Amino acid sequence: MNTTTVPHYKKPLWDTPFAERARAFQQRDSFVPWAGYSTVDVFTTVEQEYFAIRNAATLFDLTPMVKYRIAGVDAERYLNRLVTRDIRKLKVGRVSYVVWCNDAGHLIDDGTVFRISEHDFRICTAERQLDWFMDSAIGFKVEIEEVTREIAALAVQGPTSCFVLKRLGLDGVDQLKPFEWRNLSAAGRPVMVSRTGFTGDLGYELWMRPEHALGLWDDLMEVGQSRGIRPIGSQALNMARIEAGFLLPNVDFISAEHTIRLDRDRSPLELGLEWLVEFNKPHFNGRRALLEESRVGPKRRLVGLDVAGNKAAHGALLYADEAGLKEIGHVTSAMWSPTCKRNIALAMINTPHGALGSTVWADVYLNRELMWERRMLRSEVVERPFFAHARRRATPPADR
Amino acid sequence: MSTTPSRQPDAIVIGAGHNGLVAACYLARAGVKVLVVERSDIVGGAAVSRKLYQDFTYSNCSYVCSLLRPEIMRTLELPRYGLQIIPYEGGCTMMRGGGHLALYDNHDALRREISRHSKRDAEAYDRYSRDVMRQCKFIKPLLMREPPDPTSFKPRDIQELLYLGQRLHGLGEERMYDTLRFWTMSAADFLDEYFESEIVKAHFAGTSIIGTALGPRSPGSAYVLLHHYMGDIDETVGAWGFARGGMGAITQALSQSLEASGGSIRVDSPVERILVKNGQAVGVALASGEEIQAKTVISNMDVKRTFLNTVDPEHLPADFLTAVKRFKIRGSSGKLNIALDGLPTFPAIPKDSPTIRGDLHITDTLEMMERAYDDWKEGRWSQAPYVDMLIPSQIDPTMTPDGKHYMSVFVQYCPYELADGPWTDEKRQAFGNTVIDAIANQSPDFKSLILHAEIRTPWDIEREVGLTEGNIFQGELTMDQLLFNRPVPGYAQYATPIKSLYMSGSSTHPGGGVMGAPGANAARRVLRDLGLGAKS
Repeated sequence: MNTTTVPHYKKPLWDTPFAERARAFQQRDSFVPWAGYSTVDVFTTVEQEYFAIRNAATLFDLTPMVKYRIAGVDAERYLNRLVTRDIRKLKVGRVSYVVWCNDAGHLIDDGTVFRISEHDFRICTAERQLDWFMDSAIGFKVEIEEVTREIAALAVQGPTSCFVLKRLGLDGVDQLKPFEWRNLSAAGRPVMVSRTGFTGDLGYELWMRPEHALGLWDDLMEVGQSRGIRPIGSQALNMARIEAGFLLPNVDFISAEHTIRLDRDRSPLELGLEWLVEFNKPHFNGRRALLEESRVGPKRRLVGLDVAGNKAAHGALLYADEAGLKEIGHVTSAMWSPTCKRNIALAMINTPHGALGSTVWADVYLNRELMWERRMLRSEVVERPFFAHARRRATPPADR
Repeated sequence: MSTTPSRQPDAIVIGAGHNGLVAACYLARAGVKVLVVERSDIVGGAAVSRKLYQDFTYSNCSYVCSLLRPEIMRTLELPRYGLQIIPYEGGCTMMRGGGHLALYDNHDALRREISRHSKRDAEAYDRYSRDVMRQCKFIKPLLMREPPDPTSFKPRDIQELLYLGQRLHGLGEERMYDTLRFWTMSAADFLDEYFESEIVKAHFAGTSIIGTALGPRSPGSAYVLLHHYMGDIDETVGAWGFARGGMGAITQALSQSLEASGGSIRVDSPVERILVKNGQAVGVALASGEEIQAKTVISNMDVKRTFLNTVDPEHLPADFLTAVKRFKIRGSSGKLNIALDGLPTFPAIPKDSPTIRGDLHITDTLEMMERAYDDWKEGRWSQAPYVDMLIPSQIDPTMTPDGKHYMSVFVQYCPYELADGPWTDEKRQAFGNTVIDAIANQSPDFKSLILHAEIRTPWDIEREVGLTEGNIFQGELTMDQLLFNRPVPGYAQYATPIKSLYMSGSSTHPGGGVMGAPGANAARRVLRDLGLGAKS
């Protein structure tokens, strides 16, 4: 079906350039809207897809990730004022994970910045940012352009991912260090490859022109077949990202651009992202507020939890005591981790509660054949990430 | 209350508009024997459904519903008495020379729609919605409360002031600033803070002028815009819908609810005078000469009609009367109700778009809207009017025979007094023709489908419905006439200078829009004074 002829009021979601293959491969009719695109939630089974991330190689279509080109003589100064990290230190060929805040030091979004050249950057974000980025451009000589639809993106993640990409013909891919990118090519198709990802595992992200998307997908499936390559949906990816301790917007935090209620805004310090805040650089959005917050300490903190039992503590309220008298926070993401063999969760806990090693109680409701049972589960505040394998940093990576 | 003689009511409500009926319902449920007297031959005031042509039902005045407080519908069991509110989706502004902007409920469809006009506006829309929602969240809890008197030291007023202060404080610093700005700035300035595209601004500015003698560039119009977002249908904030069977279904349900709790209604009973003895209201005198005694009188008429026409001035303080006289209640809108032989086509809208079932507009720039306002200032109806046009028969099957349609056209601006002398039948027809021509510019087959048209000017609305100058809100919704200043300072708590005479109409807080809140708040005040407060 030629989707360009179906108007948006009949088909509000776009297909990605990989949609034709994804639809042919998926067996579950389980789709989710993501940033204006229809994407696959589950292809076959979540378990098989998840284990492919930790055991073999996976394809994940991340085209909907919103992409902006930021270029101009002031691009570096502009970005440096926008984000909390020091962009002056970002060299051409490198990628940086960044967050940006409003003046109140509240998080607007997170994303990755690619330095393409001295005056040319690409920033990939979860939410649309044009309004904020353009407002932030007052007085800077920069051009800001959304390029989401011009770039197809595919994450290739898992222990055999480097091997598969080498076999695809992306020579030199094994030399990429984490957070490096390079322009390579496979079978005449130019591909920008970055060693980045959302799985906390060995993996790469491939950025290409939309017309090369299907061919590249087909080639990857072919050369990766013997190494267990398979497409994965967002559910399996979500499991990997919780294990890796990564945050998901609208799950672990809401952008300050979207909050209606007071006290729903979150600061990078509250989210445990203080390592992304560089005070030793010129003024940046939220600097004063964050400086003050770091002086008095955040009101709450995002922590990792190891929850008793094996049932995910989705949305559980957290208490300081087993009797459930003092509420101190709530779980934002939770799962049984098949790799760590632990019942893990990300949780927002009011300070001073939630210190590493302390005990909190999770009020969990279990649906057992339509009957709800309530459990107060002992939970320990533990280190994040829950999963951190050495292979994610090894350069050159092993083949498997 | 059982001590009163059996035939004499405890309380009389003057006017069976929705607020009068809401007030009466709450009183009746608290055990007060209440009688509603209505001038017209049917109940409803400005919330009526009438058949003026064959089997076509018109919502003659008010035409869509969003603001009617859900707690009122629930407490008064209006669904049990037949009220159904059906939401409609979005709306659309057609552009001169083709093209349009539609609003879709689906967020992704909406973003793509707006981005056809401006990519940036498509994303700024989220910020706009957020800020509007933040402000509505602040205002909404104030709707069903009596505004505090800031000069009073009564514990109740201090408590309510504290509540207001807490709400404001709860907004946080930044939003507090925004509140004061949004309540005073113009809609054009407000929208400029978000959008760059003319069509986007023109579409959203529509609700800032509806029912108001302000232009989109007049300070204060931003609040009117917010006012129209304050409602919700089944928790979808800002959604608008149709009352199944027309807006009369609301007042019909209220009447039935009232009668079920022992209240009664007399139609064809215009009140000539409110009877006052020793500074206290004691009943009403009907135009027929009949007098009905009651210890409590509640006027659901607007504040001007109540005190300038129905109460002898000797009973009123001069300052109060002066303030009433100054109260702004200017007529600015007209209404066309049109029976159609079929669904008109609008070439600017794609044939298969659902947007035709929403509110349709033909004013594509703020400039055009402001020019329409200029005409009003000059004492003539807008030559290129703003219309809020809906075809409810596409959604509500009870309105017309199958295949036929009813179009409701709210028109802005239309003056109450024309510069060239009084309204005449010819002028009314000419006003109607201006509107029909304007619509026909976007719909070539529109005129040929018209079977019947009811044309109402502000002058007609005053004469037929009783609203002073035909102002649909019983007084403009500007900061100087809101909260503790509505309708006049010192009398914002539904009481009046005359003991046991109360006000329940939209002239009081929180204003118009078929909200029912003024009526409910007034009833609560009356019951408190009667010592029956706890029961409500």
